[in-house]
Amino acid sequence: MSRIVRTRAAWLSALLLTFFAVPTLAQADLTEAQADRYRKLVNELRCLVCQNQSIADSNAPLASDLREQVRTQILEGRSDAEIHEYVTARYGDFVLYRPPLKPSTWMLWFGPFGLLALGLLVAWLFARRRSRKPAVVVTGADADKLRHLLDEESR
Amino acid sequence: MALRYLLPVLVLGVLVVLFAFGLQHDPREVPSPLIGKPAPDFNLRVVGEDTPYRREDLLGRPVLVNFWASWCVACRVEHPLLMELSRRGVEIIGIDYKDTDADGLRWLERHGNPYRAIAADPEGQAGLDWGVYGVPETYVLDASGNILYKHIGPIDEEAWRTKMAPLMAMASGGAP
Repeated sequence: MSRIVRTRAAWLSALLLTFFAVPTLAQADLTEAQADRYRKLVNELRCLVCQNQSIADSNAPLASDLREQVRTQILEGRSDAEIHEYVTARYGDFVLYRPPLKPSTWMLWFGPFGLLALGLLVAWLFARRRSRKPAVVVTGADADKLRHLLDEESR
Repeated sequence: MALRYLLPVLVLGVLVVLFAFGLQHDPREVPSPLIGKPAPDFNLRVVGEDTPYRREDLLGRPVLVNFWASWCVACRVEHPLLMELSRRGVEIIGIDYKDTDADGLRWLERHGNPYRAIAADPEGQAGLDWGVYGVPETYVLDASGNILYKHIGPIDEEAWRTKMAPLMAMASGGAP
């Protein structure tokens, strides 16, 4: 019984290691500050193979190559900007989860605020139109009919 | 009042245009920032040999540079076309990406060799510098080593005819 448990534990830790070990092991020779920069950089670079993961999350071979590049370049004393330049020179702004602000990305950066403003404008126009509409005044036979219907409803 | 009926039609029209635009773009194709720029330098060796293969070896005539690998399934899809292009006299340079020389050579023995020269990139360093993110990827280079075009994924007859062949023809001075 206990052997089974131990085997299971071993399997589980092996499994956990395969998922989490790569990024952690790669930081072994970095100082605390360098490791922080490493973590920040690999979490903000997109994996090109899987596209919806950062290179920190991805197990794709290319992602691991890029992590290795980031690590060596940090060790060589390159700045974050230089590392960003290294990857964008090869793969374009697409790899940056935080794309730079320039005319081709204005839509991306300001689009959501534009849509929000448009939504608010539409909501305001509707509200204004509704408040301007005169209240409906019911008189005569219509009023009797309405009262009758309402009474029936409440009974 | 007309606006009330026109507005949904306008919104629909805008959506149709956006969808038409979006659906024609494959999100898996990341445009290369290297188009129009000189091909990155590399320092490789010929597959199965110690002879160095460098960037200079690509210069002097327009070439196709094809990143492939023996483990790459999609490479087999485009392979017959590469063989055909090679027969037609198109100069294709192969870069064996993240592969062993033995596997690469065995693959070519089995399927045929369309390449004028093959460089080995076992670590994928040249691939990284060229912005390769999945084989096969094919670059059209002019005689001075500038990248004119990059094709991601297997080349098909249409991509060759409409995109790559005209650029190759232009790069070799009009004669196809």
